[in-house]
Amino acid sequence: MTIEPGLYHLLFISTALFFIGVYGFLTRRNLITMLMSIELILNSVNINFIAFNKYLWANRLDGVMFTVFVIAIAAAEAAVAIAIIINLYRSHQSIDVQKAEELKY
Amino acid sequence: MPSAILIALIPLLPLFTFLVLGLYRRKVFKNASGIIGTLSLLISFVIAVFTAYSYFHIHQGSHPAEIPFKYTWLQFNEGMSIDMGIQLDSISVMMIVVVTFVSLMVHIFSLGYMKGEERYPTYYAFLSLFTFSMLGLVLSSNIFQIYIFWELVGVSSYLLIGFYYDRPSAVAASKKAFIVTRFADLGFLIGILILSFYANTLDFNTLIATFTTQTPELHNALASTFLDVSALTWGLVLVFMGGAGKSAMFPLHIWLPDAMEGPTPVSALIHAATMVVAGVFLVARLFPIFSLSAPAALDIVAYVGILSAFLAAIIACTQTDIKRVLAYSTMSQIGFMMFALGVSGYGGENGLGYTASMFHLFTHAMFKALLFLGAGVVIHFIHSNDMKDMGGLRKYLPVAHITFLIACLAIAGVPPFAGFFSKEEILLAAYNSNPTIYYIALVTSALTAFYMFRLYFSIFWNKPTPLYSSAGEGAGGEVHHHKGPFVMSLPLIILAIGAALAGFIHFGNFVSSDGQPLESHFNPMFSIAPVTIGVIGIAIAWVLYKKQNDKPERIASALSSLYRATYRKFYIDEIYLFITKKVLFNLVGRPAAWFDRNVVDGMVNATGNATATLSARIKKIQSGRVQGYAIYTLVGVIALAVLFIYLWK
Repeated sequence: MTIEPGLYHLLFISTALFFIGVYGFLTRRNLITMLMSIELILNSVNINFIAFNKYLWANRLDGVMFTVFVIAIAAAEAAVAIAIIINLYRSHQSIDVQKAEELKY
Repeated sequence: MPSAILIALIPLLPLFTFLVLGLYRRKVFKNASGIIGTLSLLISFVIAVFTAYSYFHIHQGSHPAEIPFKYTWLQFNEGMSIDMGIQLDSISVMMIVVVTFVSLMVHIFSLGYMKGEERYPTYYAFLSLFTFSMLGLVLSSNIFQIYIFWELVGVSSYLLIGFYYDRPSAVAASKKAFIVTRFADLGFLIGILILSFYANTLDFNTLIATFTTQTPELHNALASTFLDVSALTWGLVLVFMGGAGKSAMFPLHIWLPDAMEGPTPVSALIHAATMVVAGVFLVARLFPIFSLSAPAALDIVAYVGILSAFLAAIIACTQTDIKRVLAYSTMSQIGFMMFALGVSGYGGENGLGYTASMFHLFTHAMFKALLFLGAGVVIHFIHSNDMKDMGGLRKYLPVAHITFLIACLAIAGVPPFAGFFSKEEILLAAYNSNPTIYYIALVTSALTAFYMFRLYFSIFWNKPTPLYSSAGEGAGGEVHHHKGPFVMSLPLIILAIGAALAGFIHFGNFVSSDGQPLESHFNPMFSIAPVTIGVIGIAIAWVLYKKQNDKPERIASALSSLYRATYRKFYIDEIYLFITKKVLFNLVGRPAAWFDRNVVDGMVNATGNATATLSARIKKIQSGRVQGYAIYTLVGVIALAVLFIYLWK
């Protein structure tokens, strides 16, 4: 028995992906992993956009355009974040987020 | 008439000198500062004389007020503004001549007297500051402008009294002078506020015009009363309080004798000839209002004046510090000027007291500056202020001796010296209007003659000529006695000429209450009583102090309690100390301090502590853990989501 995938399936995937990302962001100490979790969150949003675009306003392109924007910004954000991580590694010899606590001062 | 710029230069030159000497005193003008100050003041003096000459030359017959320059500095509303202006009328023109003249004499004298002082340039800078302020004061066209210069004069007086700041007594005296006059100035300020509130102007001429003609403002000021006294009278009495503080009138006189801690030429300039007559000048400036609209305030002026004159004359008889004798004498003579204004009427023959007061101000500036400078020569020679250390000095200091004698004769009212004419007019004015004041004034002038000649005989006669080593010979540990260079004798001679001849000026032609010339009649019959009583005073002093004897001590012990009370200046200082230290400090000061420390500070501290405690708790949120922040964000987002989805309908 095969089921035709619909809007609810996609929303389910995107929600699952979102909370996996949040879980990863909150529990991992490695900054690279945290960055990857953020990418998961962003991609869950992308899936949302695409799904709504396809099933609700199939004749318009707004969701697709937003997704392209999000991907572009995610790339930029990754570049900045990796630059920060490299600098942190140079000064702390570590990319453990809990070792960077004194940055609050 | 000279141009406004030229007239403005009269006060501005000393200001410029003050700035230059004050800024570059150490590096550039160390020894030249005296010469620079004197020369700049000489220019001021020449311009002042020229201004006076042209003013009286143009305005023969009547003397209207001229305002060659006026700049609105601060406009409050229509009509009310603080201006910086120059007002020329008969009294301000007279005052600029007196101030620049005496100041010039003192500058010249100080070239010798202050030579070798470590802070010599500073001294000249302060003298220039004082001269600037005093000239600004007398030229003011606005009552608030006069208040500004009034305070400036007070500051420069403070600086000069405390010139020897390493002496604790000088420091105490300067603080006392400042605080007492500042207290009086509080009254002055409130008086200004009351007057300007009712008149809606600060300008002198408008103010006088408003309050001397039948205007709604005048009726309003007379109709509103406080304690059954009209607001106008209150305003004028409070203004007079400022004048009384500056002019050392009872009971605000206590600072003047202590002010003698300053250098002697300063006493001559500030505490004898110019600053202390500022109060008289102020009353004279507002005289039409006093006379025409508030006779009650004028009566207060008269009685305060005569009381101060009498009291100071008695105290002067027992003091042994020669500068203090002169200080009390100054207070007494200013009392004469005050009550002369107080008994005067406005206009015509009635205005004799006004003319006499200004005349006495003029002659008094001459002979009192001369007396102080003469005392300066004596102190320079003896290195002491106490007349017990003096005696028989006439051989050593011939110039000081002769000029001092002339000044004493002038202040005692012996014809034909200057004081005779002015005092005669004052007594005549008092005789015509208030006999009680006249008789007290008569006794006071006898006392004046007595204490001045007591001073004169004690300094120059009394003892046989002592032996002093002359200049240069006193080697080793001996004190040098020298009579000072020529620059110290020159001002004495010039002032002595003034003190001898100034009385022959027909002062009524120049200064009168309503600006019209006043013909003063010389009345020989009237003069008999004052001259006789003055000569009696001199004779008593002659008997008691010409030769060293024990009569003064015998009289003093016969009147021991009275003598002691007088010697202690009637315990007025002690009363003040009691009131301030015991009463005010304990009853007002300490509770206020307690309130401040416990209640006000407590409130401030409580606020601070609460903030500190709260922040110590809150700051744990700022942990620095990125994931902690992420949880806050997440919780916030969920809360917002719940809010929007379920609660926001």
